[in-house]
Amino acid sequence: MAELFAAGQKPEVLFWVGCAGSFDDRAKKITKAFVQLLNRANVSFAVLGTEESCTGDPAKRSGNEFLFQMQAATNIEVMNAYGINKIVTACPHCFNTIKNEYPGLGGHYEVVHHTQFLKTLFDDKRITLEGGQFKGKRITYHDPCYLGRANNVYEAPRELIRKLDAELIEMKSCKEKGLCCGAGGAQMFKEPEKGDKDINIERTEQAMETQPEIIAAGCPFCNTMMTDGVKNKEKEGAIAVMDIAELIASAGDL
Amino acid sequence: MEYLSNILFVIVLIAGIGFFARNVKRLSRNIKLGKDVDVSDNTSQRWKNMAKIALGQSKMVVRPIAGFLHIIVYVGFIIINIEVVEIILDGILGTHRLFAPLGVVYDALIGSFEILAILVIVAVTIFWIRRNVIRIKRFMKPEMAGWPKEDGNLILYIELVLMTLFLTMNGADYQLQQMGAAHYTEAGSFPVSQYIAPLFEGMSISSLILVERTAWWIHIIGILCFLNYLYYSKHLHILLAFPNTYYGKLVPKGQFKNSDAVTAEVKLMMDPSADPFAAPAEDAEEPAKFGASDVTDLSWVQLLNSYTCTECGRCTDECPANQTGKKLSPRKIMMDTRDRLTEVGKNIDANNGTFVDDGKQLLDGYISPEELWACTTCNACVEACPVSIDPLSIIMDMRQYLVMEQSAAPTDLNNMMGNIENNGAPWPFNQMDRLNWAKEE
Repeated sequence: MAELFAAGQKPEVLFWVGCAGSFDDRAKKITKAFVQLLNRANVSFAVLGTEESCTGDPAKRSGNEFLFQMQAATNIEVMNAYGINKIVTACPHCFNTIKNEYPGLGGHYEVVHHTQFLKTLFDDKRITLEGGQFKGKRITYHDPCYLGRANNVYEAPRELIRKLDAELIEMKSCKEKGLCCGAGGAQMFKEPEKGDKDINIERTEQAMETQPEIIAAGCPFCNTMMTDGVKNKEKEGAIAVMDIAELIASAGDL
Repeated sequence: MEYLSNILFVIVLIAGIGFFARNVKRLSRNIKLGKDVDVSDNTSQRWKNMAKIALGQSKMVVRPIAGFLHIIVYVGFIIINIEVVEIILDGILGTHRLFAPLGVVYDALIGSFEILAILVIVAVTIFWIRRNVIRIKRFMKPEMAGWPKEDGNLILYIELVLMTLFLTMNGADYQLQQMGAAHYTEAGSFPVSQYIAPLFEGMSISSLILVERTAWWIHIIGILCFLNYLYYSKHLHILLAFPNTYYGKLVPKGQFKNSDAVTAEVKLMMDPSADPFAAPAEDAEEPAKFGASDVTDLSWVQLLNSYTCTECGRCTDECPANQTGKKLSPRKIMMDTRDRLTEVGKNIDANNGTFVDDGKQLLDGYISPEELWACTTCNACVEACPVSIDPLSIIMDMRQYLVMEQSAAPTDLNNMMGNIENNGAPWPFNQMDRLNWAKEE
């Protein structure tokens, strides 16, 4: 972003990579897949790079409002200085925080999730897809809480899966009633409380009831939780956990 | 002596309504113990929500069986109340079936009341079976043991008795009409109670009148008692569901409120011209505490939420933490908040209007940190509630107290927060490595 800004250019959209997308080895693959798609569609985009910092979502949800607002203030300062208007992110937690909680602190942007952004790229015919490798495959989609219930985005990711010519099979708890993967509310960063079972195992069992070849997700944390669940069931050879951007990118043979 | 029953009735009515007014006053006093919050925005959207969710029962039918049965009882409750108006006027004026001159309309009204009454009896019986025979899981959770379970059943028994009395009263009346008893002019249609009437065959007019009058009196006294039972019961939802859906959250579920007090502090920290050595003014108020450890730290809407909860348990049933055996139950969060609020209210009543510290609070006394830390903030409970209760907001406020006032977060979370503070990510990675992915293959 800094380089574009110095050159007096303004990108169409800022890609907010997020901490998982920047540092987590699995999530970095999602980041790269999404970037390939952006390039394929000739979208002019920028990233903040080393000027990006955690949105503060896990701090706020842990109860540390002060740390959250410090993070928010810093990020808003940076983005406002660059005159950012539109943001796309592959992380529903970043999406929710920047879209809903930053405006009250002075950060007003149009924020979309990458599945929504990809859908508009398809609608505008900036990317197209022919049948490809997922034709007829059984795919089940896990609704991330912070995309679905938190922000009522249920259709964009499903429409993208339908574009793959795949068979979309819903789990028994889906959309408004979707079961959490167990990572939200900063649970990702701590051990779960005592119980009979881990939440990601419960959710993986629900996913497995649909006998999927692929579990599709739209969140790097859900991806981790479901991948762990599938490994726990020793099904990693039969079931792949993939982000929707990865599905589209590999179907498009990028 | 002629007016004895009228006078008696008016006394009973005034006592019933008087007690109810006292209860409403207490209820509203307790709710106002909560912090003020501005909910004066978007009135048209709020009215729409109330019409759709409370009046229209839109979220009840998400679970079709319970939703359908509930609509029967709900419609029955509202429609049969028209009959209560007639009963009250009859009681005051000493008339009998005052609305009878309405003719066909009256026949249709009484007929529909009777059909609804029998449907309510059927629905309530199924509800009882679900709670006591099928023992549906969400009614068997630990927080339901004892009074909450009894309360649920008691409500069903009262409804059953009231409806039976209503039909008995009509059955006896119908029989009296057939026998041409004085004052019992032929009026109304009795599609259900005409089948009760044969039970009364062979009885004298005077004993039939006794049956009819007894049922009439117990029915109306029962209704007044039920009205006053509400305050002590989960059943308050029949009144509070309306304001509660009106004041329900309008912003996206994922949007948690930002603390204004914290915003002010952050602004001050980032203001280069702020005096770093400034001391608070002599008359400055004590800084407000962060988050919530007791009911008085919550907003009045959250307290209204707690009184509105009817313990249906849909929230707990959908909660991922509860489903996997953790201690957290969103329903228990609401019940605990209400029980603590009731306790604080009693304390105030016992101490001439001021709260005397009882060494207890909502946190630890009712809700443990273990429950609070099990929440994934997934909003399933909020989505599931048929009357727009937000248990998640209470969990978040209490977490905020634990972290910001007590520094009592689990160690893992402290590490995560330390990482965010030091290097801008929840993991210990270097900020300067953020763009490394772009250089990797």
